[in-house]
Amino acid sequence: MRGQVHLWAAQRVTAALLAVAVLVHLVTILLAVRGGLTAGEIIGRLSGSETWLLFYAVFALSAGLHAAIGLRNVGAEWLGLRGRRADLAWLGVGLLTALFGIRAAWGLYAA
Amino acid sequence: MPLDATHRLDLRARNHPAYWGFVLHRLSGIGLALFLPLHFWALGQAIQGEAALDGFLRWTDNALFKFAEWGLVVLLALHLAGGLRVMALEFLGWRARQKDLVAASAGFALLIGLLFLFHAG
Amino acid sequence: MAETELAEDKALAWTVKVWRGDAAGGGFAEYAVPARANQTVLDIVTHIQRELDPSLAYRFACRVGMCGSCAMEVNGRARWTCRTHASKVVTEGGTLELRPLANLPVIRDLATDMAPFFDKWAKAGGRFQPKDAKDGEVPADFAVVPPASKKRQEADAGIECIGCGVCYASCDIVAWNPDYLGPAALNRAWTLVNDVRDGARRGRLDAVAGDAGCHSCHSTQSCTERCPKNLDPSSAIAGLKRSIFWRFLEPGGDR
Repeated sequence: MRGQVHLWAAQRVTAALLAVAVLVHLVTILLAVRGGLTAGEIIGRLSGSETWLLFYAVFALSAGLHAAIGLRNVGAEWLGLRGRRADLAWLGVGLLTALFGIRAAWGLYAA
Repeated sequence: MPLDATHRLDLRARNHPAYWGFVLHRLSGIGLALFLPLHFWALGQAIQGEAALDGFLRWTDNALFKFAEWGLVVLLALHLAGGLRVMALEFLGWRARQKDLVAASAGFALLIGLLFLFHAG
Repeated sequence: MAETELAEDKALAWTVKVWRGDAAGGGFAEYAVPARANQTVLDIVTHIQRELDPSLAYRFACRVGMCGSCAMEVNGRARWTCRTHASKVVTEGGTLELRPLANLPVIRDLATDMAPFFDKWAKAGGRFQPKDAKDGEVPADFAVVPPASKKRQEADAGIECIGCGVCYASCDIVAWNPDYLGPAALNRAWTLVNDVRDGARRGRLDAVAGDAGCHSCHSTQSCTERCPKNLDPSSAIAGLKRSIFWRFLEPGGDR
């Protein structure tokens, strides 16, 4: 039960972080996509910038966990996937997704 | 059909703004959750160098992907707006303006979508 | 005279589809009833049972919106039938569809077993526990609670619940998770959390936490939308989430 409350709380805390990050992301998209997207433009913005790296690392971690907790609810309610093993599997999915995102952010930082 | 199943599929019981707000929030959430690993994979191309990422970006530079991109931005805006609605209800205890909240969420998502359409197009 | 009345009734008849069956299953039976201007849905059910088919099972008691026993699904939507004017819910084609409440076991026809619904009230800590009297003893003196105080008004907001089960039948989370306590039980818990005379706050917040409690609510607000007493269980559930969240941050709160 405590774990379930923690998951709920994590969902809200990541939601609050994501609300800010998504707004920044949307504005960046609107500015960046103008005139077409090029790798050079993306890398030029992100390469060597610790601020963007940190931003995207926090963003990816929040997004990965937030998505997994959300999918856990969908899985339980619509597919009947419940219990400890399902919870651990979702946690794994969340962390793996986040890691994937941080790897991408690192790649753009180091490029 | 068992009685339970007929209940579950009956939209007459569910046809009100907050319910549609929930449906949009959940479906956009599922869409974004499925897209997220793809997105990270695509950006991960950068690890193989600028040329690989550029190749990927060129590959996606067509009408189909533009439409999908627009769809994603709308999903993101929808989910963000729906999430703000939930957080306002939960943490601020807003109650009287629940319908307005749903409408405001939908309006916000539409605005972002249109902005993207005209700005990026 | 009686003949003309009958003729009129026949000319203006409504078709009522009533779900007949039991826990094993069933289906709809059709009845033609007079289309009277002033009748409730409960009046129609009573007409069917008294005049057309005495084997029809349904439940009612007070007929005036106090006891909470006559709720059914009318045209797909849970309602208190004793306070629902038939003319306001009948379709343009003159049909009504009646089913037993959703999310509850059917006993027979339109009567559901309310036991799981009330068991969850008990599970949610729905019993008032006086602060200044142990184990249900009568307190030495009356507690003085100014009716206009903020806390009392918050408690009063949800206190008029008649336990009809309309919110419970309208809630998708209950359908998806049979363990979920449901809007009425959680509304009751929130009412007592706000009651300054109650001494069981901590245990009650524990009882309503987690997947079977308030944290599964997705604010679809069907409960609030459908409550015949215009209560707001959805906000009550949000209040419980809020209280449990801030309790985390209190020293020693996360226990």
